Amino acid sequence: MASEPLLSVRDLRIAFDGVEVVRGLSFDLHPREVLAIVGESGAGKSLTARALLGMLPHGATATGTVRPDLSAERGRRIALVPQDALSALSPVHPVGDQLAAAVRSVARVPRKEARARAVAALDRVGIPDAARRARAYPHEFSGGMRQRAVIAMATINEPDVLVADEPTTALDEERRDQVLRVLAEQREAVGAALVLVTHDLDVVREHADRALVMYAGRLTELGPADEVLTRPLAPYTAGLLASLPEHARDRRLPTLPGTPPAPGTLPPGCAFAPRCPLAADDCHHEEPEPRPAEGRLTACHHWAELPHPAVELFRDQQHASS
Amino acid sequence: MPLLDVRDLVVRYGTVTAVDHVSFALEPGETLALNGPSGCGKSTTALAVLQIRRPASGEVRFEGQELTTLTEAELRPLRPHMQPVFQDPYGSLSPRHRIRDAVAEPLKVQGRWDTDSGPARVADLLDRVGLDPSYGDRRPHELSGGQCQRAGIARALASDPRLLVLDEPVSALDPSVRAGVLNLLADLQDELGLGYLFICHDRSVVRHFADRVIEMRDGRVSSP
Ligand code: SF4
Repeated sequence: MASEPLLSVRDLRIAFDGVEVVRGLSFDLHPREVLAIVGESGAGKSLTARALLGMLPHGATATGTVRPDLSAERGRRIALVPQDALSALSPVHPVGDQLAAAVRSVARVPRKEARARAVAALDRVGIPDAARRARAYPHEFSGGMRQRAVIAMATINEPDVLVADEPTTALDEERRDQVLRVLAEQREAVGAALVLVTHDLDVVREHADRALVMYAGRLTELGPADEVLTRPLAPYTAGLLASLPEHARDRRLPTLPGTPPAPGTLPPGCAFAPRCPLAADDCHHEEPEPRPAEGRLTACHHWAELPHPAVELFRDQQHASS
Repeated sequence: MPLLDVRDLVVRYGTVTAVDHVSFALEPGETLALNGPSGCGKSTTALAVLQIRRPASGEVRFEGQELTTLTEAELRPLRPHMQPVFQDPYGSLSPRHRIRDAVAEPLKVQGRWDTDSGPARVADLLDRVGLDPSYGDRRPHELSGGQCQRAGIARALASDPRLLVLDEPVSALDPSVRAGVLNLLADLQDELGLGYLFICHDRSVVRHFADRVIEMRDGRVSSP
């Protein structure tokens, strides 16, 4: 991508009690792109997203740089699309008032105009009879409408960056697709980039331009989403893909052997080495740095030795116990 | 004889008909999936099969025995053989109990606990689901989501079930962890001949794991 990055993250490290959970992460976010951050629970993907928003949990310390730092302008230039629409909205105020308050929190706008913008935003996300609906309370909205309302709220000030942390985990496929469609429409309408944190590889395939795969707090692979998901250049990505039922050849699915390391108990060298069928001596001594490979970044000493297709690497790993 | 034979099942919540004349049968060793969007009635169907939610009408036969006409006392000896496993593994195990006690509880409740052999039986069950028996000392929040779901399965197995009603058992899990739990369920089915009523909204999982699929929508079967 030739454009100037919208955000540059360099050597981001996030620690709790001196134990690093995100361990030196660097990436750029480009204008209007959808960057998916992929990985399993505990990989550090949510923390990374929260660091962009300046919303790290209590007790976390972060070092490294995020430039420009938009977190001071949260709500205007960067906004969170919350996972749980119900708890993101106040139960005691009408939905339209909450959207209008979001407008007035970042700009001196007359009350009446803020209200009009709230109604327009609800209308844009497809809430029928928006002027009347704006006076209703969150509990009077259906689950689907609440999801739309929080997307309207996140995009109402036309931010440059939207951050969505597992926005669809709790939803069935039909609702998931609906929410993602509305999010995609609104993102395009306001021209924002989207950082999409998810463990759902189907969502990545359908909605992301680029995918950043994380393992144990580090970048494993970063590149165009369709390439990463069809021809991974890192064994960990290959293992994730191999475990999807759509790639199964028989009833037993390939799995990644073992479990991810707990923070603070990392093995020497590559954090994935104990689970990696390709691991060689150097893997146990030297942690691989992200390096360019075929137009992407991969952090693996032996990416060039991956079989074709890469999921074959895990074909025989059909454990029931990990 | 089918393991489970459901005919014309109707379940109402007040005036709302959540399950509307649903019929299906399940053989031992077979996996039947109920698939459909949220609110389609698949979870209510599961609760009605287990007689946790009593149906308004219709039949639920378990190994030939009609359940809907039985009293709670008459159901009690049958319940161990039809065990639920729910989506949220943390929610289905008491947070205060050690895993060992959670797995032992069904044995104790059913009067099958033997102080001499009981602990070894619990260790066996944990081992059977791929958990090191040392995990018995832990509490649910000290386990990962996948480990916790395994503990839930061990607890269900303690009752020597013949039917597992699996309500979104892998929906909260990461892909690789999900694959391991599905493999475990496949192994258990092969070894024990369990029938699975498998409720899941993820089509790719359903297609992979189930022998047959029933699509539900608005409380009805929309495709056989
Ligand atoms: S560096 Fe070595 S251990 Fe790590 S992913 Fe690559 S091959 Fe596997």
